[in-house]
Amino acid sequence: METLGHLAHGFSVAFTPVNLMWCLLGTTLGTAIGVLPGLGPALTIALLLPITYQVAPEASFILFAGIYYGAMYGGSTTSILLNTPGESATIVTALEGNRMARSGRGGAALATSAIGSFVAGTIGTMGVAFLAPVVVKFALAFGPAEYFSLMVLAFITVSAVLGSSSVRGLTSLFAGFVIGMIGVDLQTGQPRFTFGTNELLDGVDVIIAAVGLFAVGETLYMASRRYAGKDEIVPLKGSLYMTAAEWGRSWKPWLRGAAIGFPIGAMPAGGAEIPTFLSYAIEKKLSKHKEEFGTVGAIEGVAGPEAANNASAAGVLVPMLTLGLPTSATAAIMLSAFQSYGINPGPLLLTTQGDLVWGLIASLFIANVILVILNLPLIGLWVRLLKIPAPQLYAGILVFATVGTYGISQSPIDLVILYLLGAAGFLMRRFDFPTAPVIIGMILGPLAETQFRRAMTISNGDWSVFYTHKLSLTLLTLAFIGLAGPHIWAFIEHRRRRGPEHVPGDA
Amino acid sequence: MSTSDQQAAPPRLAVPELLIGVGLLACAGAVAWQTLAIPVSPLYSKVGPTVFPYITMTGMIVLSLLLILAALRGGWQPEEEKETPTDWKAMGIVVAGLVANLVLIQPLGFTAASVVMFVLVCYGFGSKNTLRDALLGLILALAAYFGFARALGVNIGAGFIENQLNTVIDAIIGALRG
Repeated sequence: METLGHLAHGFSVAFTPVNLMWCLLGTTLGTAIGVLPGLGPALTIALLLPITYQVAPEASFILFAGIYYGAMYGGSTTSILLNTPGESATIVTALEGNRMARSGRGGAALATSAIGSFVAGTIGTMGVAFLAPVVVKFALAFGPAEYFSLMVLAFITVSAVLGSSSVRGLTSLFAGFVIGMIGVDLQTGQPRFTFGTNELLDGVDVIIAAVGLFAVGETLYMASRRYAGKDEIVPLKGSLYMTAAEWGRSWKPWLRGAAIGFPIGAMPAGGAEIPTFLSYAIEKKLSKHKEEFGTVGAIEGVAGPEAANNASAAGVLVPMLTLGLPTSATAAIMLSAFQSYGINPGPLLLTTQGDLVWGLIASLFIANVILVILNLPLIGLWVRLLKIPAPQLYAGILVFATVGTYGISQSPIDLVILYLLGAAGFLMRRFDFPTAPVIIGMILGPLAETQFRRAMTISNGDWSVFYTHKLSLTLLTLAFIGLAGPHIWAFIEHRRRRGPEHVPGDA
Repeated sequence: MSTSDQQAAPPRLAVPELLIGVGLLACAGAVAWQTLAIPVSPLYSKVGPTVFPYITMTGMIVLSLLLILAALRGGWQPEEEKETPTDWKAMGIVVAGLVANLVLIQPLGFTAASVVMFVLVCYGFGSKNTLRDALLGLILALAAYFGFARALGVNIGAGFIENQLNTVIDAIIGALRG
């Protein structure tokens, strides 16, 4: 019941007029950038990072969290009406949602996704409030070795387990490590990877990395694909009020989606793809209207994955607030915002920064309420945003990319780095390398290195600390299983299937 | 005759993917070169600033070899990516816009450079109404300069457009007060 007291206090922080305004601003901005293709929460929060020099931590985190939640709501609108998922997590929503829109039930699809997001987001936020103190109690026992092993596990899951290829995911992660190591080593003062230049001594700013990979890379990719077919906006038809039958078919998928999404999001694995795909598969299996899947669009296939998406987005905040462990690009950039305030997210955050954490959690409840209002009665506004033509949209994104980058130190060198990273982002997009691990590697890599060196200093350079501590060994074993398990499994399956069919000397 | 028909076509070497693998290997080489350049004080010899760079380098070498292997086996590009021709002209114009921004931002200031970039990028994406784009670019750049940059307290390079406007604004404020 301690949590309820904290929450009540959190609401008193969040309900001040100024913080309500930040919440409204964040949710509105978040919905807008979620709706617009080419812009995501990670990029937006990165561009807004300079605000951390201007306002109190509570205000900027309420703003960022509003953007984070808002983008999830906005992304589903784009998926349903445009069939181009704004976020990787809304790919599944597009499957059924766009078909529903095409068969004239776009209103119901938008309604079930917004209300489902609200239900799951609220459940997920409740999960954060109640789970965070539990994780903190557990995390207090962590030493540097355990932290390092936990980070290794997170590295493996975000890059190798999720996504289409573990090799390409890990390549992105290691590229992030290299970027993260550029600059002065904080423990010894030695410059690393600066190629003898002074400009690189301060390292590569996370703003430049995020803007280069997400904004410049995406723009170049879209330019290279200009003739690849135009997306057409499906006009919004059908009432936004769901019928009783549609409510009846939606509420169970919402709850199941939340039940799948939150735990997976809260694990140090993160990622919204797995829970959304899982939820889709389950709803397809349980549905009484299987014939609607893949044809006219089934409402369960929208309700479940959307709920799973939002619940897992909330879940990601648990490792981030309690362990300082970001498992998505957006969370990684929020972590760098904490660093910019000189706050270290970790088990002590809840006690040392109680106002901040509980105010943030309370504001997430408020954000959910604001978002369901913004995204249902005001949906027409966001649909209009979808009509911004691509040339002006991408040109505008590049103008803001320049503001964010050039504003750091008015140095054209920063723009050169931005464009180089943009070129890398283009190649990654073109050749199917995930970009989120780069940001995670860049932010979390140096933290892992710090923990590693701390552990090694304590143990006097003895590597065995990582496998003699039981917890550390368990985490590393899990990481190894995550990395090697699927390959071993595939190999066994391959042998078993190929075995009888394969006739030697056939060729 | 028939034997060669039955044989599965040998996987073709995927050149772009191979270049990526080799490029990554070269990056690993650069990491090695830069790591060797880090002076290590004997105080930190056990876990000094070079341990992580070496781990990273090793990982990159292994990964680049795996990528090269995948390239030799036919690459990993999805079919639809392979079949879509790259629009080099559009990309070239967008890149020209970025370069123009980079070159012009110091001599002309943020707004003017942004307008040039905006127009070129719009043109690259197929917009034909250059005058309207220039106007839109100007409005957006000014909004970004005065709204975003000033509100966030970010200092972005002022050029003649910003200076003129700042003078006008100061004059208006002065007149209102005066």
